[in-house]
Amino acid sequence: MANTVQCDIVSAQESIFSGEVEMLTATASNGELGVMAGHTPMLTGLAPGPVNIRMADGKEEVFFVSGGYLEVQPKKISILADTAERAHDMDEAAAERARQEAERELANRSSEVDYSRAAARLAEAAAQLRTLEKLRRKKR
Amino acid sequence: MASGKEIRTQISSIQNTQKITNAMEMVAASKMRKAQERMELTRPYASKIRDVIGYLAEADSDYRHPFMEAREANRVGYIVVSTDRGLCGGLNNNLFKTMLQDSRFWNDKGVPSDFCTLGQKASVFLNVVGGNIVASETQLGDRPSAEQVIGSVKVMLDAYRDGSIDRLYVVYNQFVNTMTQTPTIEQLLPLQAEAEPEGKYRWDYLYEPDPRTLLDGLLTRYVESQVYQGVVENIACEQAARMIAMKSATDNAGEIIDDLKTEYNKARQANITQEISEIVSGAAAV
Repeated sequence: MANTVQCDIVSAQESIFSGEVEMLTATASNGELGVMAGHTPMLTGLAPGPVNIRMADGKEEVFFVSGGYLEVQPKKISILADTAERAHDMDEAAAERARQEAERELANRSSEVDYSRAAARLAEAAAQLRTLEKLRRKKR
Repeated sequence: MASGKEIRTQISSIQNTQKITNAMEMVAASKMRKAQERMELTRPYASKIRDVIGYLAEADSDYRHPFMEAREANRVGYIVVSTDRGLCGGLNNNLFKTMLQDSRFWNDKGVPSDFCTLGQKASVFLNVVGGNIVASETQLGDRPSAEQVIGSVKVMLDAYRDGSIDRLYVVYNQFVNTMTQTPTIEQLLPLQAEAEPEGKYRWDYLYEPDPRTLLDGLLTRYVESQVYQGVVENIACEQAARMIAMKSATDNAGEIIDDLKTEYNKARQANITQEISEIVSGAAAV
């Protein structure tokens, strides 16, 4: 039997690949690297690029990752893939959008929670639901 | 008593409503199954990243990342995950109640709160009751992508980094099963130390480029994945709650229709009886 190692490629949204591989090649933040079974434990960032895996039967598969992290243990390789390309300025733009959205939606900019008002509102909603429930029971 | 025609109109109008709620129930049921599948898919990432952070935190013990350092709370932050649409029973209200209890607990100690809302209902609610919303994202849809939460999470992480908030929580509904959804508050930051497994074999990674850079990136990813997991779980909850709400609406409509039908038959019967008695008394007079 060829020397294989368990490999999992997961992203926050889904599991992309899981299985035994003979060798994995990926673009790390410091350059391209290949990992085989029995590699010393290692952790590195991945640059956007292809991840190449070779299975025991010589079949090859290629995945594209737009960055992430590669964790290597002697008997297990895991890739925590990002779902999108991450660049500082892009994250910043997304954050700015979220801030603007918050401002756009807020007519009322009072910064303190009015707890009594909130409690009253919630109680009202809960009472409505309770009434419905009661009506329903009465019917039976 | 209403006339026969009026009752018939009312019955047909309720039947139309029943058709709609019935359809919504079935749509919610199928969406719920898909949402549950997606929920399962996001779990491996979250558990993997948690493991790696566990190792990393131990690896370089003289460096404490700010996300791991507990400091005195002067202001707390909440990421509130709610639905975009209503018609899902008490789902959102129960969540807001839990959140307000927690926020009030801090407030009584003189610690105000900042909010980040994901979903229309949370921002509408906080807009009405007041509350400092610093970031917001709506229209997440049925299949939110991880990118949609990145921006909002970054706002909160930045706030934590520059010290304007000292605790970060995520508030969402946990999917227990179709009938039960539990409002949940989880502390994201500072990271809570996990109990160390006993007799653990000590080893360390090779780091490229260095543990600190990696830790910083991973912790960001970790918080994002936790929030994303919350969003996905909340969607499954929304669909389950809507399914139940629509099912009971359909049942209610059915009961009302039954009642109205009885009433209609009674009215019809009364009409016939009256006619017969008129005919009989007319015949007797002749």
